[in-house]
Amino acid sequence: MHKALVIDPGKCTGCKQCEMACSYVKTGEFNVSKSRIRVFDFHTEARFVPYTCTQCAEAWCQQACPVNAITTNADGVKVVNDNLCVGCKVCTIACPFGTVNYNAETKKVIKCDLCLGSPACAEACPTSAITFQDSEQAGFDKMKLWATQAAHAATHEGPNAPVAKG
Amino acid sequence: MGWNGKILRVNLTEGTVKSEPLNMDWAQKYLGLRGLASKYLIEEIDPKVDALGPDNKLIFATGPLTGTAASTGGRYSVVTKGALTNAIACSNSGGYFGAEFKFAGWDMMIVEGKAPKPVYISIIDDKCEIRDAADIWGKSVWDTDEWIKKRHQDPMMHIAAIGVAGENQVLYSCIVNDLHRAAGRSGVGAVMGSKNLKAVAVRGTGGVKVKDGMRFMKATREAKKVLQENAVTGAGLPAYGTQVLMNVINEAGAMPTRNSRDVQFENAHDISAEAMATPRKTDGKPNLLTNQACFGCTIACGRISKIDETHFTIQNKPQYMHASGGLEYEAAWALGSNTGVDDLEALTYVNFICNEQGLDPISFGATVSAAMELYELGLINQETTGGIDLKFGSAEALVKCVELTGKAEGFGKELGLGSLRLCTKYGRPELSMSVKGQEFPAYDSRGIQGMGLTYATSNRGACHLRSYTVSSEILGIPEKTDPLTTDGKPALVKAFQDATAAVDSTGLCIFTTFGWTLNDIAPQVDAACTGEWSPERLLETGERIWNMERVFNNKAGFTAKDDSLPARLVSEPAKTGPAQGLVNGLAKMLPEYYALRGWTNDGVPTNETLSRLEL
Amino acid sequence: MDYVVLGAGPAGVTAAETLRSIDKTARITIINGEKEPQPYSRMAIPYYIYGKIEEGGTYLRQTEDHYGKMGIEYRVGRCGGIDSKGHKVHLSGGESIPYDKLLIATGASPIIPPMPGANLPGVHTCWTLNDAREILKHADKGSPVVLVGAGFIGCIILEALYLKGCKITIVEFAPRMVARMMDETAGGMLGRWCQKKGVDVRVSTKVEGIREGSDSPDAKLTVDLSDGTSVPAALVVLAVGVRSNINFLVGSGVETNVGIKVNEYLETTAPDIYAAGDCCEGIDLSTGKPDMLAIQPVAVEHGRIAAQNMAGHPTPHEGSLNMNVLDTMGLISSSFGLWQGAPLGKTAKLIDEDNFKYLKLEFEGDKLIGAQCVGMTDHVGMLRGLIQTGFHLGEWRDKLLEAPERLREAYVAVSQARPNYGPVAPHTNTPVAKAG
Repeated sequence: MHKALVIDPGKCTGCKQCEMACSYVKTGEFNVSKSRIRVFDFHTEARFVPYTCTQCAEAWCQQACPVNAITTNADGVKVVNDNLCVGCKVCTIACPFGTVNYNAETKKVIKCDLCLGSPACAEACPTSAITFQDSEQAGFDKMKLWATQAAHAATHEGPNAPVAKG
Repeated sequence: MGWNGKILRVNLTEGTVKSEPLNMDWAQKYLGLRGLASKYLIEEIDPKVDALGPDNKLIFATGPLTGTAASTGGRYSVVTKGALTNAIACSNSGGYFGAEFKFAGWDMMIVEGKAPKPVYISIIDDKCEIRDAADIWGKSVWDTDEWIKKRHQDPMMHIAAIGVAGENQVLYSCIVNDLHRAAGRSGVGAVMGSKNLKAVAVRGTGGVKVKDGMRFMKATREAKKVLQENAVTGAGLPAYGTQVLMNVINEAGAMPTRNSRDVQFENAHDISAEAMATPRKTDGKPNLLTNQACFGCTIACGRISKIDETHFTIQNKPQYMHASGGLEYEAAWALGSNTGVDDLEALTYVNFICNEQGLDPISFGATVSAAMELYELGLINQETTGGIDLKFGSAEALVKCVELTGKAEGFGKELGLGSLRLCTKYGRPELSMSVKGQEFPAYDSRGIQGMGLTYATSNRGACHLRSYTVSSEILGIPEKTDPLTTDGKPALVKAFQDATAAVDSTGLCIFTTFGWTLNDIAPQVDAACTGEWSPERLLETGERIWNMERVFNNKAGFTAKDDSLPARLVSEPAKTGPAQGLVNGLAKMLPEYYALRGWTNDGVPTNETLSRLEL
Repeated sequence: MDYVVLGAGPAGVTAAETLRSIDKTARITIINGEKEPQPYSRMAIPYYIYGKIEEGGTYLRQTEDHYGKMGIEYRVGRCGGIDSKGHKVHLSGGESIPYDKLLIATGASPIIPPMPGANLPGVHTCWTLNDAREILKHADKGSPVVLVGAGFIGCIILEALYLKGCKITIVEFAPRMVARMMDETAGGMLGRWCQKKGVDVRVSTKVEGIREGSDSPDAKLTVDLSDGTSVPAALVVLAVGVRSNINFLVGSGVETNVGIKVNEYLETTAPDIYAAGDCCEGIDLSTGKPDMLAIQPVAVEHGRIAAQNMAGHPTPHEGSLNMNVLDTMGLISSSFGLWQGAPLGKTAKLIDEDNFKYLKLEFEGDKLIGAQCVGMTDHVGMLRGLIQTGFHLGEWRDKLLEAPERLREAYVAVSQARPNYGPVAPHTNTPVAKAG
């Protein structure tokens, strides 16, 4: 069974530890602008939403790649092969989730690869808003679950909403 | 490593922007934020300078752990000579601004001079510009934030701005970043206003490097675990915020109430964390929506609240009918217990306005409280207040006051002076609950003796964040001491002061010390920074910083006489609670404290002390 | 079952692979009209020209013996005609290949403009791998090159020639660059960017003719322009547009307009013959009308859907979104859907001429229908997501009209709020392969 990132915005506090961990693993320094995961802050609604690639079962980015540089590994992860990527950016416009990005420094595209088995973001998340779980869910199911939880959070009854005493 | 090694020098008089290398010798001696920026300030300004004049400088500083994965590693400080205190001022803030500033490639920005007309500074990575702020002068912090993001067409910018309070040089105006995080105390906002500087907007896309990445990740991971497993940082603060203290401190009989006439507030429960989380009778929703973390923080004590839409404070004001920064303990106390107001929604509204207009809610609330006492005593009346019935307990009066103060209109203009100047004006300076001109916060030093010495000796005027002995005296961290005795308190205060000065200079939040000691912090600093950093070296660095600040204040004209408390605290015994019958024993503690510090009886560091600390 | 796929571009290759994934036993033949050892990608040619990759890096599939392992017969041959009644494909060498189902994915070819000298040595189109090899012979560092056409393809070649270090003059008949992909503001921005990079950009200019000989020692050709000037050239690259490869269909029963006419199952008017990719007029998602969208992702989409239909799994093609992304010497631009906007729609614009940034969003009601983007790449695919999914943006539309840069927030806000309308995997109905 493949494992997948399960994101529960209701638990997110907006600390960006996930972005820091991701950028450190991928670039060796702390640079949130290079993170493959990004936390969106809807401050007037008191909502924080971590957002990254859902590793679609059949991925738009992969199909759009003209040189077969995005492949699926044994864990079902869509991986950009840097030695093959020519930097044409077609995948960046093809991915309707906007989670494949062009890196002007390396002239290649970057996307979440679940750290090839132990995602640093999930490990760094202090509130379990991001977890790495067994999952057979396709991208759509994940989105649905995620969205349901987001809707739940929007009613301010999320898991990190404080509990009234007495 | 840790540091970017670069500072920005902006001269507003000349309109120039310069990049300079960071003095790495100083960085090794003073770390960053509070320590390092104070060193620069002290080297560069005359301690007797007019705080609101063009010769004062305003420094925004990050530290070596700002913008790293260390928990709470997102802090920055504003260092200047304080408008409220005329002492050295250092106000620390979280949010995301500090980390963004670091990501832009800088450690620090020194702002000099005074712009001929209102400006703001934009920093986009290595590109820094002084820009016209005519369109936002007069606007609130929130509107300024929105305007700048729109102007730069970049919603990812982070902005630190003054509100109208800072523009009007309200003496306790603050600098607010990310809408509701603030470099709050000592009037740093007024200094910014005096320079015609409305805002600093930052966007950074670079990275921060540390010395030994693997070791740093390991050290920060272990340290985060400590915070997670600690009852205060792992459970109390995330769930209840600092408001977890409201009932605790009230029960300890250390809740300054009605301008410190009382030490317990009978309605404390109505404005406590528990009250914030309880669904309201009116609309069935709680005041508190969720908690929010500052950058990198795994505690997440920040409160996000929404005011009851039917509440009188926001009738026909849709601009306040959304979520924003909710009450912290200090604000809830200053605006609530201290004025006798128990209307949680009103307090939340006043807190919103403090954020929006850039007012320090501690000094504002304490000043209103002092004014209420003057009013009760008949020293001011409705003529003075412009028709406000300034009674203790009146939410309406409090709301009117906050709406006038930032704008410096009517009686608000007098409130903007702070409690000491206000009380002095009406002949009763002793009614100002302040030290060195700065109002003290939410702990009555009759019920928590150590806090008396803390306030009296704090280099930035009365403040709990310079040595939070509440931690030991009430919460038992790191070990329990008796809050009602002065025994051992001088050493406790000194130890807290030195450790705090070090933590304040790293880029970490002081709240981590509910769970961390320097033994948890040193490995993180050591793995990140050039040089070797042991707990002992951190403590020594803290002591160096403390003495450096003291020397500045002495040169600015402060003497041992200013290490004092308002008469009420040392002569009027607490009326109720565990401390009933007690006054603060400052006189017993102070000489011992000076001796421990290696200072003369006049509170001046001896030459031996200075040379021991390489000052 | 005998499947034959004419054309070995992304449409043909994707179709062959999809057929194999559905039908394990059928015979599948893919015929490349170009004499190349493997199917390759045109998208990769610019990177080959400036040396980022070797020829092998242009191949569509990178695993060793990919086609052999999949049991797909790959061969080279030009199609001379189709006998749709007899179910046969005639190759130009005289050979005939029978089929049960045929896919035409013959792509397009560059247009050679009717101008004097267009056939001279040193004048090339830049479309095939072989064109690229020819161009490489002339495109030396510092040599003067005239690029005719500043459309999408012209701009892609421009990047490669620039990185090769050529001295470039670009001549465009239209009043701006990339006129069919972006508006005046974006085209103007690209033009200024090129000038800044030292490229001589001549818009509203026509090539009158190309002649041999020149005053310049490093050029053998001279290009005469309608503005009265003449430019020396070691190499002239023609990139004025492409047309579908459909001439061989005359008399076959396969009807054509500018491309092959197809129904929603990508079937042509002839029985058992399907079409996909640049040669095919599939539905444009934005207009609901047939159009030739000659882009890589559409070719892949066509190839996959056509194959599913050929293999007996009826799959309607609901339309493809027109979109492009272009890197003009480091300035990246993209356009999506109805970037020209709708007659009664609203427009949100962000323009930063100094920093070469531009974002334009086109709305119809509270839906995004088109977008253009210059100098911004982060999360740019969200534009596709919003347009293709047809999210109702609600109050976010008004926020975007005020501040289009908040696009990413808007996307996350609406995509989370309306899970049932969110983008899903590109196809959820691919049948599972049958055993045996």
